[in-house]
Amino acid sequence: MSEFLIYALVAAALFAICLHGIITRRHILRKILALNMMGSAVFLLLITIAERNQVDGVADPVPHAMVLTGIVVAVSATAFALALARRYHAQTGHTELHDEDGST
Amino acid sequence: MSLAGIWVILIPLICGLAAFAVGGRSARVIGLIGAGLTFLLSGLLVLHVWQSGVWIYQLGGWDVPLGISLRADGLSAFLIGMTGAVGLGISLYAVRYFEDEDEALTPDPSPDPSAPLRTGAGRGGTEVWLPGTSYWPLWMLLWASLNVLFLSNDIFNLYVGLELLTLASVALIILQREQAAIVAGLRYLLAAFLGSMAYLLGVALIYADAGVLDLGLLADAELTGTATQVAGGLMAVGLLLKAALFPLHFWLPAAHSSAPAPVSAALSALVVKGAFYLLIRLWFEVFESAGTVSVEQMIGALGAVAIVVGSFQAIRQARLKLMIAYSTVAQVGYLFIMIPLAGSFGDPEASWRFEAWTGGLYHALSHGFAKASMFLAAGVLLSALGHDRVWHLAGSASRFPVIYLSFGIAGMSLMGLPPSAGFVGKWLMLRSAVESGQWWWVVILLVGGLLTAGYVAIVLSQAIQHDVEEHTEPHPVPKLMTVMVFALAAMSLLLGLRAAEPLELLEIGAPFQTLMSMVED
Repeated sequence: MSEFLIYALVAAALFAICLHGIITRRHILRKILALNMMGSAVFLLLITIAERNQVDGVADPVPHAMVLTGIVVAVSATAFALALARRYHAQTGHTELHDEDGST
Repeated sequence: MSLAGIWVILIPLICGLAAFAVGGRSARVIGLIGAGLTFLLSGLLVLHVWQSGVWIYQLGGWDVPLGISLRADGLSAFLIGMTGAVGLGISLYAVRYFEDEDEALTPDPSPDPSAPLRTGAGRGGTEVWLPGTSYWPLWMLLWASLNVLFLSNDIFNLYVGLELLTLASVALIILQREQAAIVAGLRYLLAAFLGSMAYLLGVALIYADAGVLDLGLLADAELTGTATQVAGGLMAVGLLLKAALFPLHFWLPAAHSSAPAPVSAALSALVVKGAFYLLIRLWFEVFESAGTVSVEQMIGALGAVAIVVGSFQAIRQARLKLMIAYSTVAQVGYLFIMIPLAGSFGDPEASWRFEAWTGGLYHALSHGFAKASMFLAAGVLLSALGHDRVWHLAGSASRFPVIYLSFGIAGMSLMGLPPSAGFVGKWLMLRSAVESGQWWWVVILLVGGLLTAGYVAIVLSQAIQHDVEEHTEPHPVPKLMTVMVFALAAMSLLLGLRAAEPLELLEIGAPFQTLMSMVED
């Protein structure tokens, strides 16, 4: 098994675990964490691709640029989601998403 | 004029930042200037594409594949034009809407520090939270990200545009800081980020396979490998989640109905179309050779279920805004019927493909105007009557004749009755379905029209009833708001009377170029 394949499979597994987490976990913080990790899984794959695409021992810079931009996007998105979750918690005291009629 | 495509992104961005920096009541002025300029620039861009064909711009002078390019063909120009016109209408409405809201929240101008502040849901103690001040920067950001989405020609850049769009949308939903809106906003945020992540994984896989990110180069590469198929599946599911196609629509009704009226209008009329646009762009250009009839039929079937389930849900709703939101779920279904019709079913050279393509997009256009008008109408009723319960609207037609007239016209366009724009879209799709022999879509298109008539009729029949139980005098509504509701509804009618030019615009750079001559004959 090539090195590329190992890393790619790890990324895929991580993505799948996070998908499972988002769907099954009820706590908002866990859902946000799972989304954040999902981003990391994609970044891992991109870095792996950069390594595979190297020319003369220099890794492909395009995926690196994508990861950098992706991290910026992920940080702002996570911060926004966390702020929103905090406001929700402050207003309702809940850590899980409830509608006003009590259903989740 | 050829730089209109850049300014159409930069102007709302600059005005949004300026409105944020200035804050207070001047934010409104800046926002309004931004809306006016963006509208004009959108018009210029449409004109430019109309006259000189596809517009391409290499950002910073770096050529593809090293740089990122902006590109406007007929499809992009069509949707930017729609966004410009609907956006201007929503902006003018929002000026008076938030003025009203903010006035109700601001303490009396006579400085009396002991007077209790009517801060609503604000938590900041003495600080008064004014939704209107935050509305303008966010709305400008939303508009800019929509234009980025329609113009960008780089799949990673499109990912950034999608995320910006989500952030702006969610921030706008929770503008009033009510609990229902926060729950809806959080749910929307989680769903939309999940969609973005699936899309991003697709981008990574495509890059692994093709080594380029530019849409044009990807289209030329004619990818068919397994990685591309997996990427296509991931991107499609992610975008379907964002476009709220059944059964991935669970977040939409609450999010669209709990937002303030100008935001609901923008979300239903424009934001959903952003994800839809990207999906068809990818589907018919990048994944064209990887698509199969069975997958396309399945997406169409989901659209059909969305039409039936969404319409029935809309009929069942007791609150007007929820009814309109479920109507969006149903109308999104129509858009996706386009995929099996324009897809790989039957003869690849057939002219029905282009008919389905233009029909679906014309439906998107008419839905943009009609749905914006409906949500804005619901906003007028909500602020005038203090509620939007459908069964308590009895007799209100005499007090809001223009509002209900507009609601009726917009409803007509959603049903697809001639001579509205919705009719043009539906007619083209029907023709395409008949010509291609996919008669099952004919059935669903017609049944959908009847179901739409159901919920529009419920509202109108309630409104024209005579037994008025006058409890309270309705709160006066600024005239400009009513005018905008009517203007948007009128546009959804007028575009049906003059459809030749918009349809011709769609031919420019369409992925069905071989058919152009055939259709014109």
